[in-house]
Amino acid sequence: MANEKTHPLSKYIRKGAQTHTHCPGCGNGLIAQSFLRAIDKAGISKEKIVCVAGIGCSGWIPSPFFDIDTLHVTHGRPIAFATGVKLGNPELEVVVFTGDGDASAIGGNHLIHAARRNIGVKVICVNNMIYGMTGGEVAPTTPRGMKTTTTPFGNLERPFDLSKLVIAAGGTYVARWTTYHIASLVASMKKALTRNGFAFLEVLSQCPVHFGRRIGITDPVEMMRWFQKQSVTIEMAQGMKEQELSDKFVVGEFQDVEAPELTRLYAELFEAASRDSN
Amino acid sequence: MNPGTYFMQGNEACALAAVAAGCRFFAFYPITPAGEIAEKMSQLLPRTRGVYIQMEDEIAAIGSVIGASWTGLKAMTATSGPGFSLMQENIGYAVMTETPCVVVDVMRAGPSTGIVSAPMQGDVLQARRGSHGEYEIIALAPYSAQEMFDLTIRAFNLAEQYRTPVIVLADETVAHMREEVMIPEESSLEIANRKVPSTVEEAAHGFLDPSVAPMPVLGKGFAAHVTGSSHDEFGMRQASEPEAIDRIVRTIHHKIVSHTDQISGTERMMLEDAEVALVAYGSCARTAEYVVKQARKEGIRVGLLRPIGLWPFPARQMKEALNSVKRVIVLENNLGQLFPEIERVVPEGATTSFLPPETLATLHKPDYVLKHVMGEAL
Repeated sequence: MANEKTHPLSKYIRKGAQTHTHCPGCGNGLIAQSFLRAIDKAGISKEKIVCVAGIGCSGWIPSPFFDIDTLHVTHGRPIAFATGVKLGNPELEVVVFTGDGDASAIGGNHLIHAARRNIGVKVICVNNMIYGMTGGEVAPTTPRGMKTTTTPFGNLERPFDLSKLVIAAGGTYVARWTTYHIASLVASMKKALTRNGFAFLEVLSQCPVHFGRRIGITDPVEMMRWFQKQSVTIEMAQGMKEQELSDKFVVGEFQDVEAPELTRLYAELFEAASRDSN
Repeated sequence: MNPGTYFMQGNEACALAAVAAGCRFFAFYPITPAGEIAEKMSQLLPRTRGVYIQMEDEIAAIGSVIGASWTGLKAMTATSGPGFSLMQENIGYAVMTETPCVVVDVMRAGPSTGIVSAPMQGDVLQARRGSHGEYEIIALAPYSAQEMFDLTIRAFNLAEQYRTPVIVLADETVAHMREEVMIPEESSLEIANRKVPSTVEEAAHGFLDPSVAPMPVLGKGFAAHVTGSSHDEFGMRQASEPEAIDRIVRTIHHKIVSHTDQISGTERMMLEDAEVALVAYGSCARTAEYVVKQARKEGIRVGLLRPIGLWPFPARQMKEALNSVKRVIVLENNLGQLFPEIERVVPEGATTSFLPPETLATLHKPDYVLKHVMGEAL
């Protein structure tokens, strides 16, 4: 017992939450640990954090394993709920855990409007390019031509570039990494957490069970190597042709600008309104 | 607003009441005929350091209201039929997670886009069972601008007391009508506030108490876990045991239904000696009230029974009130949504009939109702 070591992040794990529901080889564990490392490094008290989780595999990152206030809501709506939490108590660090389907299909409207408002909600979007939980159906992020359980003849549609979508909607901090780029991911998470405005962190994550087997890579480590091989940084991508980039994952910090954050604008409004009524 | 009597629109009275009840978060998506509630809220809330926000759709409006409620704020949204339809899934989430909030549905003529500014009572059953799954809801039906004020306050109190969403089921007529509204002294208002735990131990048992658990609001160090999945009294997901969902359904049902008498009141008018009872709620009760007065002048013994809370249906009170009548005429501006509930409480031997307006989405014409009362009373 004297030699028993405690994991440095165990203080963030809810007592009694021992088993999890992720499939073997899922990227969610890497993302969970990255997030906990980021809040630890940023020195944010866990009492000040609220995790808002959508429906989908990504929702099970905080729910119920983090010993942190967690609101596990309806499918597609975590950003809408998070908007109410942040406006209700602007002192809280509100973090959304969502998936590509949750955030960009059923919940796409909330994503672009939260970016437009620049509300200080931090969105961690786990993009596995498929609907994992429900059995491997095509998603708005699935590559064109790919066979899924519901596109047996290949996907006819073009995939969303989620980071570009959020930048176009006004997102002030936008970054994309894969589960291979853990150090960069932790650094970007920490940065997102210490900024005031809306932040969007897209994490390409391996789903060996539903995505991997469709592309012939069932081993999670091999899938991460595939991420490594196919990734190019935004800096490198700037010197490449569109054709060369067609099968690549562009990663990096895409947007980092300042704009007035919504709850701060409300605070100013309240001051002005109280002066008016006096 | 200073206490006193004002000539005021129903929607405006609703907004004033919400702020008086302590509402500090209001989210909205533009829709007729609920617009004036939002306009008024956008003027009033910033002065109380409260948030008015226009969301991208009604799903987001109710979602943000639930989120704000979990930070400890009293929160409300307002809408009409199409928006009310969109809100249903998240209303179910609020029921499941025992989240206090108020949803004002100013009913208009439907289905679908229908007629945006015509009165109809088409959402009565949707209010009751619009979200999927088995649950109970509280819905109050104001019949005057004054009740838009009084029942909005009551809606907040019930939401806080029972940790549940409460629907103010108004219709276009009571919402747009202008009439006298008495704004009482703030100190005379009875205001209820949710129980909040004071210790982590107390907060841990944050759900599924038949006598309503203290709400482990976010940001207080409780590490609350709130989920729409089946869960236990600690809020922990129990998504595979039928016993867990059985317990949830029965507990949240019992929490409301066992307090029906305290929640859903009725109003009786000239029923003591009545042979004929009109039963009506919302704007229909206005015509009914007038008809009762006219019929009494003709010597017809007719009275009015008005349910104020439609859900949970005040069956016991209704039954008692109708105990000695011979005929019951039910007035609704639909094709009989509350009618089956009323039919069930009519005493044996009495006859019951249903009377919609001649043309739906208009108010009942008093003469039409009166003829019906007299014709059948003779």
